[in-house]
Amino acid sequence: MSAGVNPSGRLRAFQDGFAAALIAPSVPAGGASDVPPEIARLVAQPGFAVYRNTVQKGCIDALQANFPAVSRLVGDEWFRAAAMIYARANLPRQPSLLDYGSDFATFLAAFEPAAELPYLAGVARLDRFWTEAHIARDEGLVAAAAVAEFAAAELARVVLHPHASARWAWFDDAPIVTIWERNRTAESIVDDAASLAPDLEWGAEGVLITRPRGAVLWTPLGKSGCAFLEACAAGETLAAAATAALYADPQADLAALIAQTLDAGAFGRLTLRGDDPGEPAQ
Amino acid sequence: MTTGLSAGLGLKPQHYDAAHAAPADGLWFEVHPENYMVDGGPRLAWLETIRGSHPLSLHGVGLSLAADARPDALHLGRLAALVERFEPALVSEHLAWSTWRGAYRPDLLPFPRTNEALARLVDNVDRVQQALSRRIAIENPSHYLRIEGHEHDEIAFLTEIARRSGCGLLLDVNNVFVSARNLGFDAEVYVDSFPAGYVDEIHLAGHTADPSLGEALLIDSHDAPVSPAVWSLYERLIGRIGPRPTLIERDDNLPEFDVLQQERRRAEAVLCAPARQAA
Repeated sequence: MSAGVNPSGRLRAFQDGFAAALIAPSVPAGGASDVPPEIARLVAQPGFAVYRNTVQKGCIDALQANFPAVSRLVGDEWFRAAAMIYARANLPRQPSLLDYGSDFATFLAAFEPAAELPYLAGVARLDRFWTEAHIARDEGLVAAAAVAEFAAAELARVVLHPHASARWAWFDDAPIVTIWERNRTAESIVDDAASLAPDLEWGAEGVLITRPRGAVLWTPLGKSGCAFLEACAAGETLAAAATAALYADPQADLAALIAQTLDAGAFGRLTLRGDDPGEPAQ
Repeated sequence: MTTGLSAGLGLKPQHYDAAHAAPADGLWFEVHPENYMVDGGPRLAWLETIRGSHPLSLHGVGLSLAADARPDALHLGRLAALVERFEPALVSEHLAWSTWRGAYRPDLLPFPRTNEALARLVDNVDRVQQALSRRIAIENPSHYLRIEGHEHDEIAFLTEIARRSGCGLLLDVNNVFVSARNLGFDAEVYVDSFPAGYVDEIHLAGHTADPSLGEALLIDSHDAPVSPAVWSLYERLIGRIGPRPTLIERDDNLPEFDVLQQERRRAEAVLCAPARQAA
């Protein structure tokens, strides 16, 4: 702050007091000891609630828009109550609210009332992946034909770089992807895993989320596929990524896996190890 | 009026297709730039498409110009990138604060209009105009509180910011009506006193009565049609200052695009009415 602009610090003191009162659970009208009298007299006016409600509603609405599957899964009332607790402790860092709730999944994982819904944090993680894919930078796609051009000897040196929008996850202990997908696309609220999916098989699942063109898409992905993409993201060659995939699942069909991920638009760039100055030599 | 803009509409994703298809004919669209501060994807592609067919206005809610701090460098940089890419006809912000000590509160918060705040605002508006290489307009917010310690009334304060920084003003007629009711001043006197030469843009919106306090506390909710009283104030204003780009602002409880077009045509009719005698 430049001294010339701020001669008295009164504005700063006002904003500190007002900001604290906005998120305080309640401020006694008579003025608590740590509330400046000037702020306490504002809080006592009926209009102060308009600001408090607008800030609260703005945060909660943004979270509900960013986590639609979580909201459908737990219902409006539960979601908004949880979102309010999150918002009080985690105001947005930036005015662009699309990015709000980047750690909402972590919050839900530790949120006591969600202890009976062990799949909730995973569903939140996939909602967040959807947003990240939606707003990721634009990038071209590596076509299957571009990979097919390489001779077998060269193919081992190929490095496939995940597309800016590509996100993937493997869930070992619950069908998170099915639960997420059915709530993300459901037209009516479904309030528990059993009724939303009577045919639900309780097992491990993985998913690949991409935005190859305008729209965000997703496709089931096996454990080997997730390991494969992890290795690609770490800058490994196709040969090393294939080894990682087989390590995760010795039965993996590598040709099908590569075809599937290319077809889903999982890769934005292809380089040859040794030709790319940006690649560390191995 | 140098922009050639007539009456415009706030643009919402639900209306993208109808908006793009609507005849240009003086129609322009306003968006919150915060909703387009993304690295890529369909949102920016859509805005490109709309910008190809209609003039655009960027109406910011997040610069926090009245905070006792410089505008956030990341946010200002993202706004500058949008301005460079979309070359909007108008860029505006609010006489309010929201981001403070690294946290953003999604609202337009009030403050005492002191000389200290005036110096800070002039400096911040100047920084923004330099970063964007263009003039912006500052909007009068809605008021719900009697704040102690004002050293300027709102019109004198806005006029002084405009005079010192070279910015324009955005007069939100609904905000005047809501504030006048909530704080007990005369909306007509306010509208009659507003400095005509600085008005770059006008906003019209709907409001609602507070659920518990009723008409004694009006909320600037942007979820209803423009009220008859606000239309009257608007006609009075245009009769005095002449036509200015006018936006129908609707953020919630969205009707069909055609319903908004009807409101827009009503504003257009006011703008096109033969100039009246000065009040």
